[in-house]
Amino acid sequence: MTENGVMSRAKVLTIDTINPTVKKVEYAVRGPIVQRAVELERELSQGMKKPFAEVIKANIGDAHAMGQQPITFFRQVLALCSYPELLSDNTFPEDAKSRACRILQSCGGHSMGSYSASQGIDSVRKDVARYIERRDGGVPCDPDDIYLTTGASDGIVTMLKLLVSGEGATRTGVMISIPQYPLYSAALAELGAVQINYYLNEDKCWSMDIPELQRALDEAREYCNPRALCIINPGNPTGQVQSRECIEDVIRFAAKERLFLMADEVYQDNVYADGCQFHSFKKVLFEMGPEYSETVELASFHSTSKCYMGECGFRGGYMEIINMDNEVKAQLTKLVSVRLCPPVPGQALMDLVVNPPQPGEPSYDSFIKERTATLSALAEKAKLTEQVLNTVQGISCNPVQGAMYSFPRITIPEKAVKEATEQGQQPDMFYCMKMLEETGICLVPGSGFGQKDGTYHFRMTILPPTDKLKILLDKVKEFHQKFTQQYS
Amino acid sequence: NLTCSSAQIASTQLREVTDMSGVRKPYKELIDVCWCDPHSVGVKPLTFVRQVLAACVYPQLMKSHELPLDVRQRAQWLLGRCDGGSVGSYNAQPCIPEIIEKVSEFTTRRDGGVPSYPENIFISTGSQWAIMVDILNVLVNSEASPKTGVLTPAPCHVTSMMSITALGAAAVPYYLTEEQGWTLQVEELQRALESAKGVCNPVALYVINPGNPAGLVQSRKSMQEVIRFASEKRLFLLADEVYQDFVYGENREFVSYKRVLAEMGPPYSDTVELVSFHSTSKGFMGECGMRGGYVELVNLDPAVQKHIFKLISKSSCTPVLAQMALDLMVNPPQPGDPSYPLYNQQTQHIKNMLAQNVKTTHEVLNSLPGVISQPVEGGAFVFPRVFLPPKAIQKAEEEGMQPDTFYCVRLLEETGVLCCPGSEFEQKEGTYHIRYNLTYTSHLLRHLTTFHTKFMKDFS
Repeated sequence: MTENGVMSRAKVLTIDTINPTVKKVEYAVRGPIVQRAVELERELSQGMKKPFAEVIKANIGDAHAMGQQPITFFRQVLALCSYPELLSDNTFPEDAKSRACRILQSCGGHSMGSYSASQGIDSVRKDVARYIERRDGGVPCDPDDIYLTTGASDGIVTMLKLLVSGEGATRTGVMISIPQYPLYSAALAELGAVQINYYLNEDKCWSMDIPELQRALDEAREYCNPRALCIINPGNPTGQVQSRECIEDVIRFAAKERLFLMADEVYQDNVYADGCQFHSFKKVLFEMGPEYSETVELASFHSTSKCYMGECGFRGGYMEIINMDNEVKAQLTKLVSVRLCPPVPGQALMDLVVNPPQPGEPSYDSFIKERTATLSALAEKAKLTEQVLNTVQGISCNPVQGAMYSFPRITIPEKAVKEATEQGQQPDMFYCMKMLEETGICLVPGSGFGQKDGTYHFRMTILPPTDKLKILLDKVKEFHQKFTQQYS
Repeated sequence: NLTCSSAQIASTQLREVTDMSGVRKPYKELIDVCWCDPHSVGVKPLTFVRQVLAACVYPQLMKSHELPLDVRQRAQWLLGRCDGGSVGSYNAQPCIPEIIEKVSEFTTRRDGGVPSYPENIFISTGSQWAIMVDILNVLVNSEASPKTGVLTPAPCHVTSMMSITALGAAAVPYYLTEEQGWTLQVEELQRALESAKGVCNPVALYVINPGNPAGLVQSRKSMQEVIRFASEKRLFLLADEVYQDFVYGENREFVSYKRVLAEMGPPYSDTVELVSFHSTSKGFMGECGMRGGYVELVNLDPAVQKHIFKLISKSSCTPVLAQMALDLMVNPPQPGDPSYPLYNQQTQHIKNMLAQNVKTTHEVLNSLPGVISQPVEGGAFVFPRVFLPPKAIQKAEEEGMQPDTFYCVRLLEETGVLCCPGSEFEQKEGTYHIRYNLTYTSHLLRHLTTFHTKFMKDFS
């Protein structure tokens, strides 16, 4: 190989010699559109003139970045844990202090800087188990089934690693919903697993359809070995909250077809629509009786990043493993030990989430006030988003029943589709890039999440403060109308 | 496809024995010196670090004047680098760019001016995660036949070994020369490489400097030999340098692989592919629980580097607090700063304690019959060789344990001291060692001495 006439020596590690699966990994949420958004921000800060005053990153579910306030009690306890000298500071409430002491006592040398057991701090896992029991109306939870993780993503990837095996026709297939949160597709690509798409029904508010699951499964059996079924409930990007009936149907399906269930439930507190309720897969499973509760293998995931906490930066999470074969569980325990332990501050935070202030405790009132304010603001914004977007001709938005996003369907004129294709871009990426350049609003195109062929969507978070969100929605409306006209 | 040495299982069992409640033990307290986890054995966190982190977590603290000015200023600067001014946000880029700049300034200073480029650095979730998830994952094709091989030092700490095998690669041990203070001989690298013929396809060479468990600090000469070898044999160099702050004795200094490589000039400096790892877990901060560190890439193919960064953006797993801890590590208080006197006092205290422990442990161990301990030049551990009597070896076999595991189990049961058996570390066949870390108290050596004397007598 020559370059400028000089012999250049080939590298040991080249695009041809690296792990081939790495090349297939794409992660739209932080993909090229976000990189461009960051560039634009830089240009703005350098004084370059743009048609907008600021870049609004409505692409990622990052509540604090959008101005949501952290829960005071949580931050007080974590500060006390970080610098225990503050225990003598009278501005901290007594319950925060006692909570901090309790956490520190479970840490080596009473410091959050010590390694914890790789499965997570014992007392935290016990608290998580108790939380799950309370949440699920008394269905028992064994702390040994709880693994603390570095955000839910870490748990999900670890489980997928465990599940994927085989070669060729026996290669593991994993069913994921379309649209899906692209961590799943990225992880499956990296692991060289087979991605089996099942489509959510947009006309029925993104519900799961058993016949569709069956279709996807039966087709996949021709070329791979389907072993797992992933569900995100409440949904991302779609925001649907599955009905109890639907969850039962899915469990029956998984039992019949011998599939390992992966239930991503990180948005479990984010339920807004009337008539909707969060039902944990575990609870429903157990209420279906021993025929299912003793056989169906299930992993459920939770995190400190969403709900009312929004503490993405702490990387706190847990997974609960139900009915896993003991030998496999031993392998799982060994697998998690390789990364030593999850971040201890995240574990401490998870402990507070599952064990918040109780009535009568000094911090209770302000805790409830803050939590309610955050959740009701989200509910308001969910409704607002649906309303405004549905006034735009060419945009159709399903009710945002839960989670943190809207995923409206957009009509893109033929001319625009053509231009996009010529430029080698997905039409909705083309649309979103244009929106970014003209309005500073950063969204993620539906093609990053998967969608039915010939349909286009974008995902926008409902996180900006209400007044900003109103402006945002109006700008989106304006842009869409302009775009449609431009390409008519 | 995970394999696990029986010693690893035994070590877990050792810990389980101690977790069982209600079991009467002959000792009053558990002295766990298995890991390098300074806080867990009583080393205090650095005040400056914890004050800044607390202020970042609960910004109200910055309003009071209880915290020193430099703490408040740093916390303010750090929070200003976070989206929404909160440690709870993800941040648009998985690694805070300004902190990466500070890291590159740090490595440039450390390496006597060798330039360091922010675009070649990323922040990791701890060095072990980085080695496995961010780098080896890209290097190793688990489908490849023959398997990808990684030359690893023997002895070597167990987590890296597990990462290699978990990814479907093969570890190819090169033995450090114990009698010469655990030095790395190039001839041994050559032998190891030859041994891989027909077995696996070696693509990388993993070095730990300062060593773990072996306490060597490589000389410049030795490092140059390694670089030349890597260049000749076309091996990707992985340099685990997390213990770089722990160097003892007059004759040794830590020099980074990056620096040695740069100083060797072309063609090596332009071509040898090198990845260096550092962490906030070790050194004076000892913040193992934070899970933070950084990785610096040198001479990587740009297309490959792009993929590495893409993978990192997907895993987005380094906690913001850990990134802040990293900033504090690479940019500590300077003379003249309000926090400097205390910071200096605390780090000096740790330095002195370690230096003292290195000296005492060397003397005590080498005075025991049947124990030879090489001088510890750096790192966090001592790895003495124990010449176990045949009767003890036999007893161990009867109990289904490796001889040094048996020794460690007995040590634990009789004194409460928990060390790691050398069999977990790929030691040379037929040799036995124990590993314990240097951040211990005087009780340890007393217990060890008493126990060892009795053990040798019992099995004579």
